[in-house]
Amino acid sequence: MAERERRHARPRGVIFVPRAQLLTEDDVERALRRMAHEVVERNSDPNALVVIGLQTGGVPIAQHLRDLLSEITGVDIEFGLLDVAFYRDDVSLHPVLESAETSINSDLTDRTVVLVDDVLYTGRTIRAALNALSDWGRPRFVQLAVLVDRGHRELPIRPDFVGKNLPTSHEEAIDAGIDGVWIGTLVAK
Amino acid sequence: MSSDIVISGGTVIHATSTERADVLIRDGRVVDVGVDLDRPAGATIIDASECWVGPGFVDLHTHLREPGREEAETVESGARAAAMGGYSAVVAMPNTEPAIDNAMVAQYVLDRGREAVVDVAVAGAITVGRRGEHLAEIAEMAALGVRLFTDDGTGVQNPLVMRRALTYARPLGVRLAQHCEDEALAAGGVMNEGEVSSRLGLSGRPAIAEEVMVQRDIELVRLTGCPLHFLHLSTARSIAMVAAARAEGLPVTCEVAPHHLLLDDRACEEFDALFKVHPPLRTVGDVAAARAALRDGRIDAVATDHAPHAPELKEMSFDDAPAGMLGLEHAASITLDVLGDDPLRLFEVLSRGPSRVAQLRGSDERPRHSAHGGDVRAGEDANLVVFDPRTTYTVDREKLQSRAVNTPYDGRAFVGRTRALVVRGAVRVSEGSLL
Amino acid sequence: MDRNVGGEVIESIAGENLISLRDLSQRAIVEILDTAEAFVEVNTRAIKKVPTLKGRVVASLFFEESTRTRLSFETAAKRLSADVLSLAVASSSVKKGESLRDTIATIDALGIDAVVMRHSASGAPEQVSRFVPHVRVINAGDGQHQHPTQGLLDVFTIRQVLAERHGTTGRESGCELFSGLKVLIVGDLRHSRVARSDVMAYTTLGATVRVCAPGTLLPVDVSQWPVEVVYDFDESLAWADVVGVLRLQKERGTGSLVPSLGEFTRTHGLTWERAQRLSPSTLITHPGPMNRGVEIDSRVADLDVALMERQVANGVPIRMSVLYLSLAGRAPERSTDE
Repeated sequence: MAERERRHARPRGVIFVPRAQLLTEDDVERALRRMAHEVVERNSDPNALVVIGLQTGGVPIAQHLRDLLSEITGVDIEFGLLDVAFYRDDVSLHPVLESAETSINSDLTDRTVVLVDDVLYTGRTIRAALNALSDWGRPRFVQLAVLVDRGHRELPIRPDFVGKNLPTSHEEAIDAGIDGVWIGTLVAK
Repeated sequence: MSSDIVISGGTVIHATSTERADVLIRDGRVVDVGVDLDRPAGATIIDASECWVGPGFVDLHTHLREPGREEAETVESGARAAAMGGYSAVVAMPNTEPAIDNAMVAQYVLDRGREAVVDVAVAGAITVGRRGEHLAEIAEMAALGVRLFTDDGTGVQNPLVMRRALTYARPLGVRLAQHCEDEALAAGGVMNEGEVSSRLGLSGRPAIAEEVMVQRDIELVRLTGCPLHFLHLSTARSIAMVAAARAEGLPVTCEVAPHHLLLDDRACEEFDALFKVHPPLRTVGDVAAARAALRDGRIDAVATDHAPHAPELKEMSFDDAPAGMLGLEHAASITLDVLGDDPLRLFEVLSRGPSRVAQLRGSDERPRHSAHGGDVRAGEDANLVVFDPRTTYTVDREKLQSRAVNTPYDGRAFVGRTRALVVRGAVRVSEGSLL
Repeated sequence: MDRNVGGEVIESIAGENLISLRDLSQRAIVEILDTAEAFVEVNTRAIKKVPTLKGRVVASLFFEESTRTRLSFETAAKRLSADVLSLAVASSSVKKGESLRDTIATIDALGIDAVVMRHSASGAPEQVSRFVPHVRVINAGDGQHQHPTQGLLDVFTIRQVLAERHGTTGRESGCELFSGLKVLIVGDLRHSRVARSDVMAYTTLGATVRVCAPGTLLPVDVSQWPVEVVYDFDESLAWADVVGVLRLQKERGTGSLVPSLGEFTRTHGLTWERAQRLSPSTLITHPGPMNRGVEIDSRVADLDVALMERQVANGVPIRMSVLYLSLAGRAPERSTDE
């Protein structure tokens, strides 16, 4: 299998080397569909929803989730992108991440934001995302949807919708996307 | 009435050869050069037998005194003097009042020149007011066709100002010219510093006052690469330094004035201010060196430094009188005296050389001026002199064309005179007289 | 002005000082531009602030007056949530003869993370960086030497406009848009730190640069600069894709170096007549403040292709990018977490 490089999600100079595929493309599709139904079940008014994908890994997943929600509810669900590079609480401890586009065109006040990311790990990214979101208003609810929860939380953050729980060790790495989920390691370039 | 002119029976002087030939001129241009040319009906015939026929002389260095000192000379009168001397073009120096340090004054003199009998080009000043401090609007003047810039009357004393002037001028494709005299060393002297001045009790301008500035400017040319022309070199050492610099490949040229080819500082012994000039008449040795350098090619041009002054001014004491002497009408005779029977070299130093320095060669370079100092051949602008190298005459200061009379040659016999002059296809001098 | 001979060229300003663009590789410059793009977006939000540099202290030390640049830097620092210490030189002890070293030591004692400084002496920021190696030094213009953030915002603005024309974004294009781009920098290069920074920025990104000035306004020896020297402005008008006009200080036109402002305008000013001979797509920049009617005609300054307003607007995101990268970046200790 070809090496996959997630340039934006990883610190520069590091490559993901896969060891095994845990979910196929179909598995992912089924999981997202199930999550979409769960979102609809939980939220009675689809017009209140705003789906926001976290750069960069969360974006394609968020787009797909949004499309599924629109399909299920018949409503054109609003969508946005959020890059949290500037909101991290650990800026001086890590190399500067390449920043990506942020685009949130809705006023979030009183809305239900569904934050979407690919992998939930320590929770610091989500915490940064919550900080960021407050700059666009005060949402009524913020719900978290992740494709993979790999454990090892360092903050009291919990997901509302999970595609798959995958226990991992610190030395391992997860690569999750629309085309599947792999487990492997990070290797310096 | 036909504009045709035939110059008949003379020896045409080319750059490197001569030929017995007639010259046919029509509508301001030479149309044919050959033996026994047909004479078109109504053509003016100029008898050039025993004469040299060549490009009109060009004076790189003339003081026309207008605006400001019209009692001494005007553009019109100076042009007439030039025509008598065989000049089809002159370059007017900028030490007028006001100085030619901006486009407006330059245009004024150029306009006056349009009505004159010879072509008048203009040299602009290097610094505002020729005070040696601030750069004059060189590019503005260049846009009018001015290609030579000098503070003549004085040299640029401050080396930094001169450096900047050279750096500024170089990309504009113009040439600077320097009157080399360090004023501190010249110390207000009135004649050459030496045995004669000591004997006469007149304060002297030492040769090194010229030589240190020549040396300085050679180094500045080396640094900046801007072409520089040395005005009226007067000492053997100056001439040698410039020749050496040129041999090195530096873009330097030089001129010598007729009086420095003939007169030495002993001429001042009678305290006649007619012989007061800057740079001063030098020693016998310097005169001999200048003559030799003119013959062997180390000097690019004879330039008159024609400097008219109202008669009463030259009658003041030697200390107080202004410096400068006339030169336009007699330069060619003096040049002939130095060079002898060498018409090629004569036309080189009186016409071709100065024309190159002043950039008067081709009319595409200078759309406002016609071309001077070129070859005598079909297609060239008709600026021609017919020079009689054998006729003798005696200088009579009452008969000069100039408004002023301060010639140092009054009563002297000379050989060689202008028989005829054609400027832009119009006859200005015929049978030795102005028309 | 060859690539920093003897010095090192760095691949990123993360954790580094920014003193001269000569020190930066193409990659380092592109990183600053790409990051600035993100900050452009931040500056469009209702709340133009991110918490990135919270708790950090940035000192603003302007020994040479410049309200615009100083405000731009201070705004950038504040929008990153940093605390700003602003030193007013006129009333400070510096005027009383305190040395640069002592001035810095006094401020450093208050605990600063970075100093943004402008000084009339070339090299002052470099010296300061030796006095306080633990403080990040950002050069806001030193003498006639460099003005790195101006060079950066100039190339950023050009990239932004060219990317728009191509229907893409600056970040997507990397530095492709500069490859073979023909840039003409005209005016008083001799005294311009902006010109030195621009030359480095453009050539490092791959553009071809010509410089044009009267003989006395060119630096004395540009033989080692990666540029072509031309003296005739008119000949390069049709060639240029970008014309960078430099400011001519009025004092220069008093005859010591150029005879008059009028003559300068005639030979090297971007007059209305010259602007007509530019290609219609040629872009015009000017670091400001402009002397309308001297180096640039007033009507030319108001053309659509004259990008001065965008340059000013881009000043804050570029400076945010520089402060963010310089202060936030460190070598990696552990891998990033999600």
